[in-house]
Amino acid sequence: MSSWPQVGAIARRSIVRTARQPASVIPPLIFPVALMTVNAAGLQASTDLPGFPTDSFLAFALAVPFIQGALFSTMNAGTDLARDVQTGFINRLALTALRDWALLVGQLSGVVVLGIVQAVFYLAVGIASGVDFASGPAGVALLLFYASVVSLSFGALGAWLALRLGSGESIQAMFPVLFVFLFISSMNTPRDLIDVEWFQTAATLNPVSYMIEAVRSLIIEGWNGQALALGFGFTLVIGIVSIALASSALRTRMTRT
Amino acid sequence: MRRWDVVSGVAWRTLKNALTNPQIFLPTMMFPLFFFTAFAGGLSQLREIPGFDFPPGYTAFQFVFVLLQSAAFSGVFTGFGVARDFEGGFGKRLLLAAPHRSGIVLGYALAALLRWFVVAAVLTVVAVVAGMQVGGGAVDLVGLFILAMLVNFCGFFWSGGLALRFRTIQAAPLMQMPVFLVLFFAPVYVPLELLEGWIESVASLNPLTYILETGRGFLAGDPPHALAAFGLAIGMGVAFWTWAFLGLRKAEAAGA
Repeated sequence: MSSWPQVGAIARRSIVRTARQPASVIPPLIFPVALMTVNAAGLQASTDLPGFPTDSFLAFALAVPFIQGALFSTMNAGTDLARDVQTGFINRLALTALRDWALLVGQLSGVVVLGIVQAVFYLAVGIASGVDFASGPAGVALLLFYASVVSLSFGALGAWLALRLGSGESIQAMFPVLFVFLFISSMNTPRDLIDVEWFQTAATLNPVSYMIEAVRSLIIEGWNGQALALGFGFTLVIGIVSIALASSALRTRMTRT
Repeated sequence: MRRWDVVSGVAWRTLKNALTNPQIFLPTMMFPLFFFTAFAGGLSQLREIPGFDFPPGYTAFQFVFVLLQSAAFSGVFTGFGVARDFEGGFGKRLLLAAPHRSGIVLGYALAALLRWFVVAAVLTVVAVVAGMQVGGGAVDLVGLFILAMLVNFCGFFWSGGLALRFRTIQAAPLMQMPVFLVLFFAPVYVPLELLEGWIESVASLNPLTYILETGRGFLAGDPPHALAAFGLAIGMGVAFWTWAFLGLRKAEAAGA
């Protein structure tokens, strides 16, 4: 049997399983938008600060749900895969001719599909709220592509955690840790306007800042090559490292004896 | 067996669970610290906005919000424990064993308060180390912490009432989302006068706005509407107390 039907079968299972769990679909759509709406209203006054790059905080904040939604993808991918480990599904798969990489690719396909659905939803909310995309339709297309790459990278991270920890509860307990990366970033303020030195340093060292800024640049600036290169670069590095770690952990989990 | 025996027994067990289980303790402790760090660190430039007038500074401005938030969520998270206990059948055994069943609810409430004391102590130390300025005196600070205690009671009695009705942890989003919304529909980042649009209207109607403003006023040494804030907090506390005890009656009627 070729590997691609195996990928297709696992991907279909991953997508259907996600679609059948409202708790996996609805929170990643609603929570980031709710947080953005509240923050955009409460922080509108910050656009009065000298040097703030736009006069609409909603446009500034619209980048955040894309990355926050991807964090949810990490948790979802990890929790689903951990459940497969806990219930012995992975062990049963180890008895079949399924290739390790086919399982990983199939599993991540479901995460990417959910990531794209999320991105379309956030875009629709943004456009309905009157946000103009400075980069135009091509920027919107690039944004959707970037959202899928981010979902893939974070999904691989979640898969690695699941395969290493092997427990859904442990994955859920990692949520606050992932949230730190979101909060200690440029999510609410441009880095050059953060005046607490240690926070500015932490936000500068945090790859999530560059991911947010890549999305933000497409929305409020237009085409900013540096921001896009940094955003794509960090996302790809996280993705490649996570996939390598997840593959290694999967090989250990699926050792045929 | 006296009521206090029930209260202290339930409180001790709940507190021990909350403080020794990292999966329960860490979110309670870490989320307020994240919020404080992110808001006080990342948004401090907001003090430069024309019309922002809070002499102790932005760190103190955010400390009060996060203190009240931690108080509310310590109560809500204790409500999760009630739901878990009833879902797993422990609640039924508690109802059978306790001669004074009101002591069960009061025990959980005491645990919620003690749990918050731990969080509040760490948060206060972190804020002071981070350079928070305090304009108020000892009486003002006592006022601030009593106000936060009342918010803790409200948070617990709200979520505990729901937990006793639903008796499943699946009700968790219903317990925390309204609290989250009430907290964030208050003037979190800037004073009420600087809010614009729909959030300004919502915040003006939100009772937590007055509690928050008074709390910030205590820290600055000039609480704007102390009587109204305490009146609102006590009034909500009584309403949610009633809600929780009616929930206990429902749990009793259902045989838990």
